[in-house]
Amino acid sequence: MTTSKEKQIIHDQFKEKMDYDELLNCMRCGFCLPSCPTYIESGLKESHSPRGRIALMKAVVDGIIEPDEDVERTLELCLGCRACEPVCPSGVKYGHLLEEARDIINQNKKHSLPAKVIRKTVFEGLFPHPNRMKFATSLLGFYQRSGIQKIAQKSGVMRLFPETMATMEKVLPKAPTLKEMKNRPEFLEAYGKRNKRVAFFSGCLMDTMFLETNNATTKLLQLAGCDIVIPKQQTCCGALHGHSGEKASAKELAKRNIQAFEELEVDYIITNAGGCGAFLVDYDHLLNKDPEWRERAEAFATKIKDVSSILVEMNFFKKPLKLTPQVITYQDSCHLRNVQGTYFEPRTLLKSIEGVTYVEMKEADRCCGSAGIYNIVESEMSMQILDHKMVNAKATNAKTIVTANPGCLLQMKLGIEREGLSHSVRAIHIVDLLLEAVETASLTTSGNVINLNEDKNDIGLTS
Amino acid sequence: MITNQVKQKFIEIVGSENYFDSKTERLVYSYDATPNFQSMPDAVIVPSNKDDVASIVKLCNAYHIPIVPRGSGTNLCAGTCPTEGGLVIIFTRMNQILEIDEENLTVTVQPGVITQDLINAVEQRGLFYPPDPSSMKISTIGGNINENSGGLRGLKYGVTRDYVLALEAVLPNGDIIQTGGKLAKDVAGYDLTRLFVGSEGTLCVITEATLKLIPMPETKKTMLALYEDLEAAARTVSSIIANRIIPTTLEFLDQPTLEVVEDFAKIGLPTDVKAVLLIEQDGTADIVEHDMEKIRTICLKEQAKSVQIAKTTEEAAALTAARRAALSALARLKPTTILEDATVPRSEIAKMVKAINEIAEKYNVKICTFGHAGDGNLHPTVPTDARNEEEMERVEKAFEEIFARAIELGGTITGEHGVGVMKAPYLEWKLGSAGISAMKAIKEAFDPNNIMNPGKVFAKETRKRVVVSK
Ligand SMILES: Cc1cc2nc3c(=O)[nH]c(=O)nc-3n(C[C@H](O)[C@H](O)[C@H](O)COP(=O)(O)OP(=O)(O)OC[C@H]3O[C@@H](n4cnc5c(N)ncnc54)[C@H](O)[C@@H]3O)c2cc1C
Ligand code: SF4
Ligand code: SF4
Repeated sequence: MTTSKEKQIIHDQFKEKMDYDELLNCMRCGFCLPSCPTYIESGLKESHSPRGRIALMKAVVDGIIEPDEDVERTLELCLGCRACEPVCPSGVKYGHLLEEARDIINQNKKHSLPAKVIRKTVFEGLFPHPNRMKFATSLLGFYQRSGIQKIAQKSGVMRLFPETMATMEKVLPKAPTLKEMKNRPEFLEAYGKRNKRVAFFSGCLMDTMFLETNNATTKLLQLAGCDIVIPKQQTCCGALHGHSGEKASAKELAKRNIQAFEELEVDYIITNAGGCGAFLVDYDHLLNKDPEWRERAEAFATKIKDVSSILVEMNFFKKPLKLTPQVITYQDSCHLRNVQGTYFEPRTLLKSIEGVTYVEMKEADRCCGSAGIYNIVESEMSMQILDHKMVNAKATNAKTIVTANPGCLLQMKLGIEREGLSHSVRAIHIVDLLLEAVETASLTTSGNVINLNEDKNDIGLTS
Repeated sequence: MITNQVKQKFIEIVGSENYFDSKTERLVYSYDATPNFQSMPDAVIVPSNKDDVASIVKLCNAYHIPIVPRGSGTNLCAGTCPTEGGLVIIFTRMNQILEIDEENLTVTVQPGVITQDLINAVEQRGLFYPPDPSSMKISTIGGNINENSGGLRGLKYGVTRDYVLALEAVLPNGDIIQTGGKLAKDVAGYDLTRLFVGSEGTLCVITEATLKLIPMPETKKTMLALYEDLEAAARTVSSIIANRIIPTTLEFLDQPTLEVVEDFAKIGLPTDVKAVLLIEQDGTADIVEHDMEKIRTICLKEQAKSVQIAKTTEEAAALTAARRAALSALARLKPTTILEDATVPRSEIAKMVKAINEIAEKYNVKICTFGHAGDGNLHPTVPTDARNEEEMERVEKAFEEIFARAIELGGTITGEHGVGVMKAPYLEWKLGSAGISAMKAIKEAFDPNNIMNPGKVFAKETRKRVVVSK
């Protein structure tokens, strides 16, 4: 229950903080409706559409309705996929409105005790602390390697958890060891001729659970001719916080990141997770009311570039890339596509791989339902969206589904598992696949695999 | 007001999962695409078939509950704003294409079918449904029929009215009737089909429609003519028609409109000219070729700065898609965007464009103009701010004068968007009091209890455009 006192405070803050011009900017044309997954999956309910949500936010400001449970519910059920933004002719910045509204509601509502504990642990205790992330991941690794996982799976104890979590547990990647995670160097030199100097945003999940993907990313960048700086002081991007109504923490993290990267004198800051990238690009908005930080945030934001984008810029697709013949399809990361506008680059890269038959999936740009922790907290809607996605994925007959964001990757793995296809279909991050293609190509041309771990002596590849 | 007892009856008809009356659910059906109108319904209901609709309507009639049938709420005349409360009926569960009859060239659909889906479905069979309102990605057939919507292809192919062959409708007393049929010729009695088209939900609820299809034109070409002078562009429109060429599409966009559209679509539209005409012709290759050449000559003669023909179908599609976004893109300029729908005989286009500019100056308001120039249907649009009362008053006056001028030129107050609440105050200018009386008599005959979309079309004493109530 939201008490009437809470409602009053939320209403006041809506009046004070919501960007009213932006709310008015929505002319209610409805052009965004056909793009909204929750509108479609809810059976075309206006209350689960962008136009409806904006109207509700405005109505709260106008005092026409109270911010009751129903209003909160429609905002909660939004994926934050921002598919409504690029199609909006009026240019309404829906994502910013949503972020602000969620922040106001969350900060002024008393969560139940368990929810409070979980939120505090995740948002304050874990994600902002790289070392704790590493430790937690190593625990997972211990769980996976020690045999406990097998016992747990066999014993059926996982059935006690919600379905999404139980399946998720199966599809999590093999966690790296603590030692592997701690070995990250702060500087990597380009293979061959140096063309660019970039910084790498290593992320929190990406640098722990998906360490291998991060390693593949830096390798590709080196091959493309980039010197890479990886500042130690960087931290979690804050996207999870920002999207879950923890704006203050998100700002803190943003400031730490800006500081970590601002004196590096690099051409770009490279990301390999669509969700992080989009949040980093938005730092200037996040800090726009902070005179001390606004410009610094802008300078930071303009340097953000997704890995596939820089690879295309550096003509990586002209290098020898090869895979065993297979059909491949690509699932867009919503944030990479809708916020960063990067969608043709990954496709260009994939299509350039010899042996690959690229088949575009119907509605590849529609959210897969992962959306941060949405698939856990809104399991039902998430799985409905995922099932819909899998119908389209299967129709491509692809053996490989490529993604560009850890959340989407896990979600697609989840989808594959749910469909019982894990023996025949795989989901993979685009950089892992590209590295595989580099290796396969070098194997067939030179007859031996280049040991990419031996660093810069293997310059043959870049020529 | 819907009492608990009546609510239970509604729930018996559709089930509780299809009846909503929480504040949230009511609020999201309190508006449509019309700026500055908002009013809460008492409840929202989602029937799945005509019998349910009939039961719902009967109940409403018995208890005098206003009914607002609603498609996607994209209309621009406050036609679905529940100004008198009541029950909003939604057709999202009645959205099936029932039949594509390739022998009679017809398609039969439920009212909730999205226009674009219908168009796609028939085009897959090589058939053509021409009415294409710019809102077609979202609008429903039920909405199109009730607003008698037109689109970019209206010049050559006409509007929705010209394609409606038969309707199934639930009358306010709950009777289900059938009008028309799959017939090319039919003169049996009053033409109720035509009466219901454009009736804006005030006479009946449409539950099914059979629409006429035509063969798909063989080819199509798209042209963009650029002008340094607004009126020269407008003159070209009259000149093309006077030269007895009827293009499929003949759209007009002025500079401010071009700028915002380009800002959204980013397809390289020229933004340094005063106006452009977007012209399309379809048909057999030789006719298209011949007409385009003639049109080009006319454009150049009327001082077009340059004339470009789209090289690929993608390029052509991008141009028309960009044009369709014009209205919403204009909403970028200011918080409130008020669009009007004045229409004049096409020979008077140049005069009307000139008048609009003079009126804009006189009242010191910014007016961007675009529209289906080929059929004389212009959309003078004012970017403004509803919070600025003084300016809103000037805007209102400017529009009044635009309508007056349109009627003077032999035109009308709305070419395709309907009357709704927005234009109700001006309807009498167009029809005269006898015309209004005749229409009111029809309304009363069908709907003696005035339950069907009350407060629409016929003006009340007040002329206020701004209605916000809880
Ligand atoms: C960006 C934009 C561009 C537009 N471009 C055009 C254009 O080019 N040409 C044009 O003509 N219009 C245009 N419009 C206006 C609008 O899209 C059309 O009027 C459209 O036909 C409305 O369809 P809808 O499904 O949204 O109907 P709604 O707006 O929901 O309803 C329209 C009317 O139909 C009635 N109605 C709906 N369904 C039924 C039913 N089953 N039975 C009885 N009554 C019913 C409603 O009560 C209402 O009076 C545009 C609107 C926007 C926002
Ligand atoms: S497309 Fe943009 S302006 Fe139109 S309803 Fe959606 S958010 Fe509002
Ligand atoms: S962010 Fe995604 S889910 Fe949310 S309103 Fe926009 S399109 Fe719908």
